[in-house]
Amino acid sequence: MNTVILKIASRYVRGLLIIFAVIALLRGHNFPGGGFIGGLLAGLSVAFKGYTFGIAYLKKHMSIMPEWFIISGLVMILFSAIPAFLNKTGFMTGEWYKITLPLAGELKLGTPLIFDFGIFLAIIGITIIFLFSLTEKE
Amino acid sequence: MTAVALPILIPFVLIISLLFVKSVRWARVIAIAGSTVLLCVSVYLFIRLGSEKVITLNAGGWPSPAGITLVVDYLSALMLITASVLLLTISIYSVRFLSVSFDRPKFYLFFFSLAMGLNGSFITGDVFNLYVWFEVMLMSSFVLIAMGSRKEQLEGSIKYLALNLTGSMLFLAGIGLLYGKTGTLNMAHLAEILKNDDQAMLMNTTAMLFFVAFGIKAALFPLFFWLPASYHTPDITVTSLFAGLLTKVGVYAFIRFFTLFFVQDQVFWHNLLLITAGFTMLTGGMSASAHYETRRILSYHIISQIGYMVMGLGIFTPLALAGAIFFTIHNMIAKTNTFLISGIISKMKGTFYLKDIGGLYKQNPFLAVLFIIPAFALAGIPPLSGFFGKFMLIKAGLEDKHYVITTVAVFTGILTLYSMIKIWNEAFLKKQPDNAFNQSGKIKTGFIEVLPSVILGLVSILMGLFAATVFQYTLEAANQLIDPTIYIEKVLHTLKQ
Repeated sequence: MNTVILKIASRYVRGLLIIFAVIALLRGHNFPGGGFIGGLLAGLSVAFKGYTFGIAYLKKHMSIMPEWFIISGLVMILFSAIPAFLNKTGFMTGEWYKITLPLAGELKLGTPLIFDFGIFLAIIGITIIFLFSLTEKE
Repeated sequence: MTAVALPILIPFVLIISLLFVKSVRWARVIAIAGSTVLLCVSVYLFIRLGSEKVITLNAGGWPSPAGITLVVDYLSALMLITASVLLLTISIYSVRFLSVSFDRPKFYLFFFSLAMGLNGSFITGDVFNLYVWFEVMLMSSFVLIAMGSRKEQLEGSIKYLALNLTGSMLFLAGIGLLYGKTGTLNMAHLAEILKNDDQAMLMNTTAMLFFVAFGIKAALFPLFFWLPASYHTPDITVTSLFAGLLTKVGVYAFIRFFTLFFVQDQVFWHNLLLITAGFTMLTGGMSASAHYETRRILSYHIISQIGYMVMGLGIFTPLALAGAIFFTIHNMIAKTNTFLISGIISKMKGTFYLKDIGGLYKQNPFLAVLFIIPAFALAGIPPLSGFFGKFMLIKAGLEDKHYVITTVAVFTGILTLYSMIKIWNEAFLKKQPDNAFNQSGKIKTGFIEVLPSVILGLVSILMGLFAATVFQYTLEAANQLIDPTIYIEKVLHTLKQ
């Protein structure tokens, strides 16, 4: 598909998808959402770019290889277990830290967020790999 | 205790580190070192069991039954040790025998994701978590079985995937029913609820779904078709890995479920288990005697020997369960060993077909010795491990007056012996037929090539020589299974102290 409208629209739609992906990722702890759904949405934005500009173009212009998304995601999941290990609170217990920001007020950050972000990255990588291998021609 | 999570965590770390590795040499080093560490951890957990009986860990700090509990009891620990011995030997074996056409660093990656699924299934105390580990195992085994992508291999792997996915679906349906009825999926909690349940008959539908699902995984009598259809197609390293480990996880799940919480309608279930066990033994043993390709013979033997393990569960006395666990351990070791040796034979001779080979005894007597150990162990010749496993099962069968199944078990033993002698005669004693596979003179095997078989052979011999010690531990495991009070107490009430 080579239409100007789609190309211009896709730029904004992709941005929106990424925003929604991040929202889904962040609200995931207590509401529907989370790393998996966020990752799928973010992967979708890459897929969208692929469909507007062609997968071959996308493959050529990937600045980060999809494998690295998976690797960094897995490493992050592993790192999320370290604070609980250091505090000796049991395997993979969620550790929460409160940060007071100057304007926004109190912000709770915890290891489940790191875990979710790891899944987010890994799912993006997997979606892109699926996309590449499914569109591959023999 | 955090160490309980290590059998899952170590493979995970290894997977991540293998993602960075591009050279085969480093991948091998990581694989062998990693499996050694796994073995050490399993032995450590086993030693800790001596004082604690059951070790638990609440993942994420959530108290059970709300969270996922990881539980190690004697059965889990014994399976963990056996599995990690096999992982270690196969990672050594893969150094020489892994097909060069593979993306070999990737092989090790999926090797460890299989190990992660395997260890996870052995130590989880949650039914849904077990399902997740089964899926991890299924996916990684599918990648392994399809690696190399030859035509017959893809056919085998599709059959494998289709039937196993059906099993997973039934498993999931069973989980749904179980959760709907009891409101929990924690195994210990289930046991506590179902123990005081007066509508236990209603559980039979659920239990049947699990029976079929695990029956497919374990390759029981009417559900075993995927195994002989797929096991002879992949690389011999992959086949040996699957032969020792995959079906036994199904058996493990059977033992866990039907001793811990599906214990209501005992007469029905134990009879069903015994009948399927009998048919499994017979069909497996008979089909094996009709084949002349080593991998196919051995594949059918996996099926026939699953029957013995399920028979022990069906008799359901401490001795029978101890025998079943003993037999499972022995079988994992010896069965993998025979597959490893069939790989060595095919590498030396260039084929798996018994008709085309022969004269190996003259060409390499050491290999003959290596083969005779697991073969006789499988057939149940006295000083080796298989004899004691079968002896316990048959003794338990006679004591509990299950004469038919005991007769079938003895008869299947003869069939096994026949098949092993067939391989022995054809491959080792018979003269080499005059064909393209003919080579004259001695054939040498390298040290690394035979090392895995030597290790496993030694384990078989030692298990036979120190059968009393091993039996003591399997009996301990069986007692824990027959009376799961400690298990339930430890899982549900540790945090309240």
